[in-house]
Amino acid sequence: MNPLLQVEGLGKTYGNRLGCEDVSFELQAGEVLAIVGESGSGKTTLLRCLSGHLQASSGRVLYAQRDGRSVCLADLSEAERRMLMRTDWGFVHQDAREGLRMGVSAGANVGERLMAVGARHYGHIRSTAEDWLTRVEINRERIDDSPWAYSGGMRQRLQIARNLVTSPRLIFMDEPTGGLDVSVQARLLDLIRGLVRKFNLAAIVVTHDLAVARLLSSRMMVMQQGRVIETGLTDQVLEDPQAPYTQLLVSSVLQV
Amino acid sequence: MNAPTYNFAYLNEQTKRMIRRAILKAVAVPGYQVPFASREMPMPYGWGTGGVQVTAAILTPDDTLKVIDQGADDTTNAVSIRKFFVKTSGVATTEKTEDATIIQTRHRIPETPLTEDQILVFQVPIPEPLRFLEPRETETRVMHALEEYGVMQVKLYEDIAQYGQIATTYAYPAKVADRYVFDPSPIPKFDNPKLNDCPALQLFGAGREKRIYAVPPYTKVVSLDFEDHPFEIQTWDRPCAICGSRKSFLDEILTDDAGGQMFVCSDTDFCARQQNQSA
Repeated sequence: MNPLLQVEGLGKTYGNRLGCEDVSFELQAGEVLAIVGESGSGKTTLLRCLSGHLQASSGRVLYAQRDGRSVCLADLSEAERRMLMRTDWGFVHQDAREGLRMGVSAGANVGERLMAVGARHYGHIRSTAEDWLTRVEINRERIDDSPWAYSGGMRQRLQIARNLVTSPRLIFMDEPTGGLDVSVQARLLDLIRGLVRKFNLAAIVVTHDLAVARLLSSRMMVMQQGRVIETGLTDQVLEDPQAPYTQLLVSSVLQV
Repeated sequence: MNAPTYNFAYLNEQTKRMIRRAILKAVAVPGYQVPFASREMPMPYGWGTGGVQVTAAILTPDDTLKVIDQGADDTTNAVSIRKFFVKTSGVATTEKTEDATIIQTRHRIPETPLTEDQILVFQVPIPEPLRFLEPRETETRVMHALEEYGVMQVKLYEDIAQYGQIATTYAYPAKVADRYVFDPSPIPKFDNPKLNDCPALQLFGAGREKRIYAVPPYTKVVSLDFEDHPFEIQTWDRPCAICGSRKSFLDEILTDDAGGQMFVCSDTDFCARQQNQSA
């Protein structure tokens, strides 16, 4: 079987400055990959290149479509790429305000993707939105509230619902638990783990928090200064880190 | 009379040519917003500088001009624009819809059906229907190019969620010739059905935003809606208090400071004609 996502020698430079360099990996359907590293190590640049938000300077990304054919992202027209981004893919931003349409209600946020792919029946859109709010543990009575009236954790869950409503196959997450307090983080991680398993979602999660990587991912990649310095099964990397930087990272986790 | 120091219809011939080119392109691509080099006009933005430039570019000495504001021939905006063209071009003017060859309008389409010999010119404040949902011009252009109009539906969804019905009553978005979603300027949605399959050429000018767009004669214009919340126009539970018409768009007029009001036709020409008929 073709891997869902196949990345070959991906690099991005900002003028003379390096974003990321020579990144290659494969992602199977239903697999969760964590990308960890410190701030400025190129994690987010890599994620934005993979998800088509940024144009890579070198290398290529192959994506296996539902019909089994692999397409190179750079070869897709803008219309096809944008279609992919709002049907087959999802993107969960660290700051929910970037990922949500803050000016409209929660229900409209969830329904937007449906309407973008042609849903024109208000009743159906609304019941689907209610259904999804319940799945992400938001009270359905709050469907007409503005996301401004939501707490940080709720906004993040709303963002997830908004992305999952078109049953995507691949979801990108940029620090999904950043800025949330620990108990809310734990609930959110639990929710994401459940959804990923239930819908057989593949996910690429960027995080600086090793605990997030451990809970969500089956495989992880460690980045430093734009390069991948270590990859492997999550447990293996965390239990027996090989690269000096990874050892440092693992040993610097605060123990309570 | 021609004011001696101005060119016919105020604008110089080069400018008119530039505007006519934009108009031709707009007619060729119905509903598409064509950028044009909008000029400073001797009136403030918001007074119809876009419509005035379009009218100036298409006006000929043989034309008969009618100018309406909210359907009325005798309100400030209509009177000043009519006087402007009388002064700068000397064309004949009329208040009768069927006698006019060019009708410049703000906020209404006349009740009297238009004909193939007429051109309707709209004054448009904000031509971009997606603007309130997507502030970036670069993004709205891509959305038009790729026909990504789902977000327009989000606005209508939000209306129903908040008010139980589609609460947008003017500048109601519609799709032209199955392609471009456009803003028909702030006409009441009552007038949206008149846009569809209209025998007259309809031109839209936005002066501040520097855009011209058009609905050519006999073009399909469909107002956006939901299957279970279809597009509907306004209705009133009473006829016009002056002419008794039940099929025209009514304005509420306050008659005193004790809550007195009456509903009358916003189209003054139509209202006067109805009165004559019944008299």
